[in-house]
Amino acid sequence: MAELGQKPFPPGRYRLIVVGSGPGGLQVSYSLSRLGVDHAVLSDDPAPGGMFRRWPVFQRMLSWTKPFAGVDHGERAYERYDWNSLLSDDQENRAVMPALMDGTSYFPSRPEMQKGLETFAQRTGIRVRHGCRWESTRRDGKDFVLTTSDGEYRTGVVVFAVGVAHPYRPPIPGLESVPHYGDFRPVETYKDRRVFIVGKQNSGFEIATGLLPFARQLVLASPSPTKLSVLTHTLVGVRARYVQPYEDAALAGGVVILDTTIEEVMKDGAGYRVRTRNAAGRELTVAADDVIAATGFVTPLRDLPALGVATFGQSRLPAQTPFWESATVPGIFFAGTITQGAAGLKKHGIPSNSGAVQGYRYNARVLARHLAETKFDVLATRERMDAETLVPYLLEQVSHGPELWHQRAYLARVIDLDRDAGITNEGIVPLQAFLDSGGGDAVAATLESNGQGNPYPVVYVRNAGSIAEHPMPPHELLDFTGAEYREQLRGLLEPVLSGAASPA
Amino acid sequence: MAVRDDVVNAIAAFSLFADLTGPQLEEVAHLFDESFFGQGERILRQGVSGSGFYIILEGTAGIRVDNVDRSTLKAGDYFGEISCLLGEVPVADIVAETPLRCLVLPAAQLEGFLTAHPRIMYRLLQGEARKLKNTTKWLS
Repeated sequence: MAELGQKPFPPGRYRLIVVGSGPGGLQVSYSLSRLGVDHAVLSDDPAPGGMFRRWPVFQRMLSWTKPFAGVDHGERAYERYDWNSLLSDDQENRAVMPALMDGTSYFPSRPEMQKGLETFAQRTGIRVRHGCRWESTRRDGKDFVLTTSDGEYRTGVVVFAVGVAHPYRPPIPGLESVPHYGDFRPVETYKDRRVFIVGKQNSGFEIATGLLPFARQLVLASPSPTKLSVLTHTLVGVRARYVQPYEDAALAGGVVILDTTIEEVMKDGAGYRVRTRNAAGRELTVAADDVIAATGFVTPLRDLPALGVATFGQSRLPAQTPFWESATVPGIFFAGTITQGAAGLKKHGIPSNSGAVQGYRYNARVLARHLAETKFDVLATRERMDAETLVPYLLEQVSHGPELWHQRAYLARVIDLDRDAGITNEGIVPLQAFLDSGGGDAVAATLESNGQGNPYPVVYVRNAGSIAEHPMPPHELLDFTGAEYREQLRGLLEPVLSGAASPA
Repeated sequence: MAVRDDVVNAIAAFSLFADLTGPQLEEVAHLFDESFFGQGERILRQGVSGSGFYIILEGTAGIRVDNVDRSTLKAGDYFGEISCLLGEVPVADIVAETPLRCLVLPAAQLEGFLTAHPRIMYRLLQGEARKLKNTTKWLS
C-alpha cells in the first residue's frame, strides 16, 4: 500500500494503464501483477468497489454466494457457487465473500459486496490512484495520452474498466425531466402514490419489488413483453428475486404491466400523465404521481468514440475483438461489465455472463495473460499433459471448471495436440478466438446451453485445419465424468490423439 | 442487449418491414438484439450450430463457401434464415467485409416472430423467391 498522504502512480508514462477500480479493474490489475506486468491503476472513486459503492438501490445483490456447496471455499471449484468473489491464484485470498456475509441471505448485501472488493484489494496489495478522474484522451504517435484531474498520463496500452452505469433515457418527449433509477428517493416517500415505471428489465422490477409495500399502484411499461430468467434458463430476463410484481399483476392486484410504446410524458399539476400506444394501435393515457425511468445505462466512454472507438446497442458498448480490444482502435482494451460488448458466438441467442462479476472476472484474467504475452513478452507457463490423463481432465473441467460454468459457449478449455511438441494445456481461451484463429491440431471444451434444459458439454476438435463441433448429452445431475462421457470423448479425440501421442 | 434508439428509423426503410406502423416497428426493434462485427470477423460459421437470423443495419458482409467468396450483402439484406427455418447448421460462412452492425433474432424465436407478423413473413417469402429465382438463373 502507498504511504499515508502519498498517492501511487503520479502523472507520467506507464507501459500499461488501467482506468477504474470496480471489480473489473481490480481483477485485471491483480492478474497483471501476478504475471509480473507493471501497470498503473487510476480511478475517480475514493475507494475500490465501482458501482457497488452505490447500487443496487435496494442494497442487495442479484448474484449469489452459496455458503454450503460441498466444496472447500479455498478450492477453485467453489467459484462456481460464489458469483461475487474476485479470483485469486492463492488459496488464502479466494472466496473472500462468504466469510463477510451475515448468513441471512445467499445474496450478499451491497455493503457486504463493497467490503468484499475492498478486502480483496487490500489483501492482495492492489494499488490504485484514487480521486484521479480521467477526463479526455488523445493520440500522440503510438501513445495514448489521458488527461486526468491529476495531470497527463501516457501509455501504449490502456484498459478501460469504467462500468456501464451512466443513466440512459430513450428520446421520449418529457422523459428527460423524470428521475432515473439512480435518482430513486427513500422508499417511504412513495407511500400511497401511483408510480409509473418506464422499462421492464431488472432495474424496473427491482424498484417495483421494493415499492410493493408502499405504492398504491405500480405500472410497468415498455414496448416488448417481459422475459423471465427461469424461462429463458439464462440471465436474460427478470430474475426470480424480482418476479413478485409480475405475480401481483397476473393475479390482478395493484400492479399493471403494459407492453406498449411510451409516446409522451406530460407534467400534470404535481404529477404526470403518460401517453402510450401499443402495437395494435390502442392508445391509453395513465395518470401517475411519480414516473421513474428504469431505461438502462450507457458506457461512459467520454471522447473515445471521437478517437474512432465504434459503439453499438442501447448501452453504447464499444465493439470488441474476442480478446476485448476495441474492434476499431488497437491498443484500447476493456475489462469489467463493458466486456459484454465482445459478444462471442452468442449461440442460441444466449449471451455470455460478461455483464456480471461471475463472468467478467474470468475475462479479466484471460485478458491479463493475453496482454502479458502479446504486448510485454511475458510467456505464461503451460502445463504438459499425457494422453492418458486428457480425457478425465477434460471431463473434470466441463463438470467442475468454473470458467466454463460461468462463461458458457464463451470461454473454452483448450488443449494443443501438436504432433511434435506433444500435448499442452493452453488454458482458458475465448471460444471465438479458438474457432477463428486457425492453428494446429487441438481440442476446445466448453459447457453450453440452448435455453431449454440443462447445460451440456461441447467439444470442438481441430484436425488438419478444420474444426468439427461435437455436442455431448446433458446429464440430470450435471456430472459429465461417467463412463458414457469417457467413451464418447475418447472416440472423438482418437483421430487427433494418435498423431499427438507419437511424434513423427 | 437492447438496440440503439435510431434503429426504428433505420429499419423503417427496409423492404422486410415496409408494411409496419410506428409502434409495430418499435415492438419489432425491441424483440431483436443489436450486434457489431469488426472487419474480417465471422458472423455465421459453416458447420457450427446455434446461430440466428440477422438483418444488416450498416456495412457489408460476404457469403463464403469453402473459403470461396460468393456474393455481398448490404444494409437491409438478411441472412441465416435458411439454417433457422431448417434447423440445420449454416452451409456458408458470413464474414464482415466492413465494420458491420446487425439486428439478430435467435433461431428458436424466428417461427414465433414470423407467425405473429404475417406481413413480415410475406416479405421474407418474397425475398426467398427472389433468391431462388437468381439461383435458377445462375444455374441455367
